Amino acid sequence: MSDATPSAAVAAPRRQRRSRWQRLLHSPMFFPLLGFIAVFIIMSLVNDRFLDLGNIQNVIRQGSVIGIIAVGMSFAIFTGGIDLSVGPVMALSGTIMAGLMAAGWPAPVAIAAGLCLGSAFGAFNGFCVAFGRMPPIIVTLATMGAAHGLALLYTGGYPISGLPSWFSWFGRGTLAGIQLPILIMLLTYAIAYVVLHHTPFGRYVYAVGGNEEATRLTGIRVPRTKMLVYTISGLTAAIAGLVITSRLMSGQPGIGEGFELDAIAAVVLGGAAIAGGRGVVLGTLVGAMLLAMLNNGLNLMGVSSYLQDVIKGGIILLAVYIGRGRDA
Amino acid sequence: MTAVLSLEQVSKQFPGVKALDNVSLTVAAGEIHALLGENGAGKSTLMKILCGIHQPDEGTIRLDGEPRRFTSYRDACATGVGIVFQEFSLVPWLSVVDNIFLGREPRNRLGLIRHAQMRAEANALFDRLEIDIDPEISVHRLSVADQQFVEIAKALSLNARVLVLDEPTAPLTPSEVERLFRIMRRLREDGVAMVFISHHLEEIFQICDRITVLRDGTYVDSCRVADTDHDALVEMMIGRRVENIFPPRQARAANSPLLLTAEIGLKQTDHTDSITLHRGEILGFAGLVGSGRSEFAMALIGAYPTRVAQIRLDGADVTFRSPADALDAGIGMLPEDRKRQGLILPFSCADNITLNHLGQFYRPAPFISRKQEAETVDAAMDQVRVKAPSAQTPVASLSGGNQQKVVIARWLDRGCRILIFDEPTRGIDVGAKAEIYTLMKRLAAQGIAIIMISSELPEITGLCDRVLVFSHGRIVAELADEAIEADTIMRHAVTEPRRNDVSHSVTEDA
Ligand SMILES: Nc1ncnc2c1ncn2[C@@H]1O[C@H](COP(=O)(O)OP(=O)(O)OP(=O)(O)O)[C@@H](O)[C@H]1O
Ligand SMILES: [Mg+2]
Repeated sequence: MSDATPSAAVAAPRRQRRSRWQRLLHSPMFFPLLGFIAVFIIMSLVNDRFLDLGNIQNVIRQGSVIGIIAVGMSFAIFTGGIDLSVGPVMALSGTIMAGLMAAGWPAPVAIAAGLCLGSAFGAFNGFCVAFGRMPPIIVTLATMGAAHGLALLYTGGYPISGLPSWFSWFGRGTLAGIQLPILIMLLTYAIAYVVLHHTPFGRYVYAVGGNEEATRLTGIRVPRTKMLVYTISGLTAAIAGLVITSRLMSGQPGIGEGFELDAIAAVVLGGAAIAGGRGVVLGTLVGAMLLAMLNNGLNLMGVSSYLQDVIKGGIILLAVYIGRGRDA
Repeated sequence: MTAVLSLEQVSKQFPGVKALDNVSLTVAAGEIHALLGENGAGKSTLMKILCGIHQPDEGTIRLDGEPRRFTSYRDACATGVGIVFQEFSLVPWLSVVDNIFLGREPRNRLGLIRHAQMRAEANALFDRLEIDIDPEISVHRLSVADQQFVEIAKALSLNARVLVLDEPTAPLTPSEVERLFRIMRRLREDGVAMVFISHHLEEIFQICDRITVLRDGTYVDSCRVADTDHDALVEMMIGRRVENIFPPRQARAANSPLLLTAEIGLKQTDHTDSITLHRGEILGFAGLVGSGRSEFAMALIGAYPTRVAQIRLDGADVTFRSPADALDAGIGMLPEDRKRQGLILPFSCADNITLNHLGQFYRPAPFISRKQEAETVDAAMDQVRVKAPSAQTPVASLSGGNQQKVVIARWLDRGCRILIFDEPTRGIDVGAKAEIYTLMKRLAAQGIAIIMISSELPEITGLCDRVLVFSHGRIVAELADEAIEADTIMRHAVTEPRRNDVSHSVTEDA
């Protein structure tokens, strides 16, 4: 049996690859996908309109704004942080775009300005967290209020309309038969996936979440990593701002309330550990779509919106319960 | 025989690893039983099964001859089994008493904690162990040794009749080990059955009565300590002889060029200390635990606040504001505490090893080529002989010694000019130790300068070209070549540094 020859006993370790199925079973995506499929089947059974191709595109489109925000939220949560300011930052970026366009600025410049503003806001969050060493939940709670106030100040509290008509393309247009918000969302996820899984920065994001002290001591610039993470979160909030402003064809200063909670829910439903270090961004996509599907399906079933909140809350709890402490 | 504890034909399968295959162990009352084996042999797993943390696939646990099945650690505790884990398990910010009674605090009728009772019981425990620790002090303010004693007190607090000590001596200095042994002898007189795990074989001969050896998850043999010797034990453990654990000492290239000089004063001190480091040299930092060796090294790479830090590297003045700056200049550090400061626990072995040199695998920048990464990782893991099912195995599921090897592997072929190794062989088995020493010598031969902080005197005397002895946060002596002797080092390590001699490395009698 294992009466190994003397030197073989300490020889090179055995290397073996896990089978595809085992890999899937152990991937953080497993339960999110399972939940997604389950809800999908239930929804299509109770609802004959649900499976309609048009309806499915609508579901995805409706989920795209939260979906885009949740990308940045994923980065923050993977590092063990959080970004509560995403909703108001989205609104602020959107109103700035609308305001500049209404004031006659060329649309590309206005859009760029909005995206920069969102990123700058995120960078400020990142600066406070990384170099000011303040807890992210407090920093972004403060900037959440500030961004909301700034958006209202800028607009005087009224929506801004009078945008150039082609601007609606981002929110209502299609490309190759697919609605543009969906394409923007998918593109955001694709880029985030590549960044997280194929660049050093992505690896650092998880490392910081997994053990910040060890990451620092081993020679990684942790503050720089965090700064970039919150900047990305600000940027994706601004992209969501572009989509929603274009969809509504007006800059709405008060929009986005509670979006941060939906985004956090999407990340957690996607199998990420709220303590950081574990999670995949494609899981977040699944989580965001699961939420959108629930919203749509429950609407079609005529469930009251109050009851919908209760059901969604229950499902989030259930998902976190099932996914808790796996392969710790 | 009065076997208090017997484990019979225990087997345990983890994904990809048969951790234990038909292993048996019997321990009598008042016996200290050594459990030996290489890293990953299954020692900790067997003990975790005994304590109800893992469930065995097969086999029986008997206490006093009665078969038991523990479903949780609490369950095992209640039956009189206590364990001191390989990794510390105290809550740093809680007091000593709160730690000892964590999760089973005595309550009064209103459900409030009975502090006085807890304190009294803690004091009684400390009296029994003859240790002097203030039960109200917060655990993070205790020395490592005292924390270890608190762990023991905690394990004993439910009148444990079986006590498991998983590598308790790894972070202790020789004199602290002596204290631990006094406590263990006292418990032996009380009739406590103990299982003792250690990679320091001389300790086995000092304290243990009987020995059981495991290899690759299988039972090899049991015998009385008196019936065996060091070499025979090593052969039982790893299946071959290890002739010379230290590579032969080569005459150091007499005046190899100066690489680094550093004058460092830590924050909140009023003195500075200086070191010099030459190319291809292994410089030892010796001293007691807490003598300021790690702090000095951390300050050198910018990981610890300093008041003065004048560093010249290769003739140029440099400032390191973070370990990342130091790494850019080619200085890397393997920290002392692998769990807290070294490993990213949710990561695989591979991701842990390549973490700080991902730039090597650009193809093209900033994208990493997974394939190249995998090749480098496999080579590094073979060099230090990490025992793992695959490079993609989560590092958290490796044995303690193999985790340590992963952290070491991170610094191989890294292109660093200076490597600082803080207790590099902590928790590593005899065979692998020899290999790591050879590895360090090879690095030095390539011109890399190594600073090795170690509490193991044989390691210091066997490996270092020059040694600085630390005491109370100061460098109190410098020894070179023949002067590097265990006795001399210990004599300096326990001396109080003189107040007046500031800012020079002391050149005392050899
Ligand atoms: N939770 C786990 N999941 C998967 N594999 C595990 C787990 N715990 C231990 N193993 C594997 O079981 C084997 C035995 O590990 P164990 O920790 O018992 O070794 P050990 O003898 O204590 O070694 P060391 O001297 O390094 O502490 C190792 O190959 C390890 O990788
Ligand atoms: Mg172990």
